[in-house]
Amino acid sequence: MRKQGTFQGLRALLLFVLLAFLAPPSSAALSPPEDIKAFDSPNDAGGSATVTWKASPQDSLLLGYSVKRSAKPEGPYEEAGVVLKGQEEFQDAGLTDGQAYYYRVDARVLGDSALSAVAGPAVPSAQWFNLGRVNILAFIMLFAGIVLWYIARAKKGAKLFIRRIAGLDAVEEAVGRSTEMGRPLMFIPGLLSIDDVTTLAALTILGRVARKAAEYDTPVLVPCTDPLVMTTAQEIVKQSYSEAGRPDAYREGNISYLTYDQFGYAAGCDGIMLREKPGAVFLQGYFYAESLILAETGHSIGAIQIAGTTAVDQLPFFVTACDYTLIGEEMYAASSYLTREPIMLGTLKGEDLIKLLIALSLTVGVVLETLGKHWIQVLFQ
Amino acid sequence: MSWLAKLEKIDRRWIFLGVALVVSAPLLLGLHSKVDITPPVKNTFEAIDRLPPGSVVMVSIDYDASTMPENQPMLLAVLRHAFQKNLKIILMGHWPLGLPVGTLGLDEVAHEMHKTYGVDYVNLGFRPGTAAVMVNLGTEIRNVFPSDYKGVPLDSLEMVKNVHNYNDIRLLVGIEAGDTYEFWIIYVQARFGLKMAMGTTAVMAPTAYKYLQSGQLVGLIGGLKGAAEYESLVNHPGIGLAGMPAQSAGHLLIILFIILGNIGYFLARRKKT
Amino acid sequence: MKREIPLLITFLTGLLMVVQFFVPHHPIGSIGTGVLSWYTIIAGFTLLLGIDSLVSMHLKKLQRKQSGWGYSIMLILGLLLALALGIYSEVHYGSALAFGSPFMYLYTYMVVPLQATMFSLLAFFIASAAYRAFRARTLEASLLLVAAMIVMLGRVPLGAAIWGKLPILAEWIMTVPNAAATRGILIGVSLGALAMSLRILLGIERTYLS
Repeated sequence: MRKQGTFQGLRALLLFVLLAFLAPPSSAALSPPEDIKAFDSPNDAGGSATVTWKASPQDSLLLGYSVKRSAKPEGPYEEAGVVLKGQEEFQDAGLTDGQAYYYRVDARVLGDSALSAVAGPAVPSAQWFNLGRVNILAFIMLFAGIVLWYIARAKKGAKLFIRRIAGLDAVEEAVGRSTEMGRPLMFIPGLLSIDDVTTLAALTILGRVARKAAEYDTPVLVPCTDPLVMTTAQEIVKQSYSEAGRPDAYREGNISYLTYDQFGYAAGCDGIMLREKPGAVFLQGYFYAESLILAETGHSIGAIQIAGTTAVDQLPFFVTACDYTLIGEEMYAASSYLTREPIMLGTLKGEDLIKLLIALSLTVGVVLETLGKHWIQVLFQ
Repeated sequence: MSWLAKLEKIDRRWIFLGVALVVSAPLLLGLHSKVDITPPVKNTFEAIDRLPPGSVVMVSIDYDASTMPENQPMLLAVLRHAFQKNLKIILMGHWPLGLPVGTLGLDEVAHEMHKTYGVDYVNLGFRPGTAAVMVNLGTEIRNVFPSDYKGVPLDSLEMVKNVHNYNDIRLLVGIEAGDTYEFWIIYVQARFGLKMAMGTTAVMAPTAYKYLQSGQLVGLIGGLKGAAEYESLVNHPGIGLAGMPAQSAGHLLIILFIILGNIGYFLARRKKT
Repeated sequence: MKREIPLLITFLTGLLMVVQFFVPHHPIGSIGTGVLSWYTIIAGFTLLLGIDSLVSMHLKKLQRKQSGWGYSIMLILGLLLALALGIYSEVHYGSALAFGSPFMYLYTYMVVPLQATMFSLLAFFIASAAYRAFRARTLEASLLLVAAMIVMLGRVPLGAAIWGKLPILAEWIMTVPNAAATRGILIGVSLGALAMSLRILLGIERTYLS
């Protein structure tokens, strides 16, 4: 009799232990997330509310959180979305502006959930100004102000010093060399389309190069990868020839579309280089992996090469393979440098002053961060 | 001119021949080598490793067939790791001609690891617009991709029923050959705070380092070596590791030619003076 | 007026795009996305311009039997073949990029190997460019040379085999001096782009208008 009682007791104990481990935690044991807040999503075009909360103390045991939404605090609630454990924010989109919404965030485990308090009302609305971008606006106003000030100074006749840019000084030399050799010039305007500022800068340089080429009666070959760039380049070169008094020498066929494909374009340009053997090759614009293929082929035919790009990862290839390289902003400075127009030089000086201010703020920022003061970081966020 | 001074002017065809021989020999001989794991790749691995099972990872195919040798091993290694951890994969891309390549990789790994389409992974395909697509995904995925790449409505796919925007995605892994990764950082990381790691070609890795250092990227897989490191971490050797001896040999040959060129240069300079 | 109207359009459009960046409220906030979509559509149509230029140039070459006219035939035939296969694939497979379609066959077995071949030229060209350019002519050139060698060795397993600290040194070069220089150039490029954009908006830079 004693043995049977002991066995039954042990069985009950085993059952209790198993239930304790396998049974899901009861609602009383599961804690919901706290500090639920629901508000209109800031700096947006409306139709969105943001819900934030502090994770449940049992976050690591949860499946996730179910965010529920209702037009009334008493309900009924429908599920707006589900987020995984560890997250403490949810953005509810597709809502109606001006309508109040109430939210609940329920902690979920398998077969059970813990309901949070109700938060709200959140009333979605569109904002007229993105306050998160105030610092960008301030910077743009400062930049524009400084540039306009320098332009005003330039108009009044102030002398503005610009350092030598070897690549731009070499343009005349390059054109002259091609003329002496009786070979054409080749201008490759990069891979991007007309909407890119680098391409516009390249086309500006093309205008100046074409003008020089027209004066020396040297053909200019411009293979393009974009039809819009091709049509713009045709107009620019035509205008340059007209300004040089040689409209009859302009050949539309010299400015052509090759292909949109990156390596097809590189192959086409290489083919033109090897057949036409230009005396000078200008690689101006935004380039990708084909940059070295073009530069090395240009070197192999003995052409003088002047490259210019804002593609930082291609600069090493151009510096290695070309005679002159315009690094980054030197390309943008080209039109100002070549024309020496005071107003254009004024914009360069303004840019330089801003760069100086940035360098100073970087220095101040590094010192402050080292001392544990973070306000300058917040200013730039 | 002495033969030493001729070192300054080696015909580039000899250099091309040397590179061809030295790179192909290890591949033909099937040589292997170990790789040391660098912090950027380790960070990428840990970012994926730390995700709880069931987390959604978005993989963006931003390369095409021309950089497949570098980018595809990265994709395969990352997918293997993600599937090992029972993470859910959403594949999409911004290079239309790269999607078939990415799809091939996803199907290959999913088949290998017995994963089910619609339950463990979904392929959204391609939509034009790059920046516009990235921004709109932050509001609602269905605004851009109402269906997957085969036209199946997203709401009928179990895996993405509750995935609406970046809030429901824990990590983005971009496999990159161009500057699309900068769009991801500017339009998505800055605006929505989505964590992201990038796998880039070796040429682009130096410029991507600044984003890694600033914390905008949680990890970076750079070039074939990065792919080899990741393959090593997931214990599944592939093209990455197979290419390491060839890459080592190629680099060594270039260094040798540089040294020879400098010897020739100094000898020629001495002769002039 | 021939110049003034395009300049006015440039200024107003540019100003609108700047304003929409700061104003999320409809309809201003959605202008940016809309304009981008318009641009994509217009850019698609300009492809016809490019094809016209390409085909007419090569037809002229054919007519005049200029040197290399045989390649012009190849180009025109290739263009027509890709077009025909693309249309056929779109109609019979639902998409030109569908697996197993004739267009994808052309892409996979012709375009992909050609692209990979052109890309692989870089391996040879970098060797010859490095051999030619990395000469210790000056102190800066010598520093560049040493840094390049450290990174080249440190980024392959051979470097770790030669010296265990080499990969760490290579990593330091990438993450500290390289990142610093890249950031500096990027700041300059961004400011340059901003200045150039301002010049274009204000009509100071007009070369692109011709």
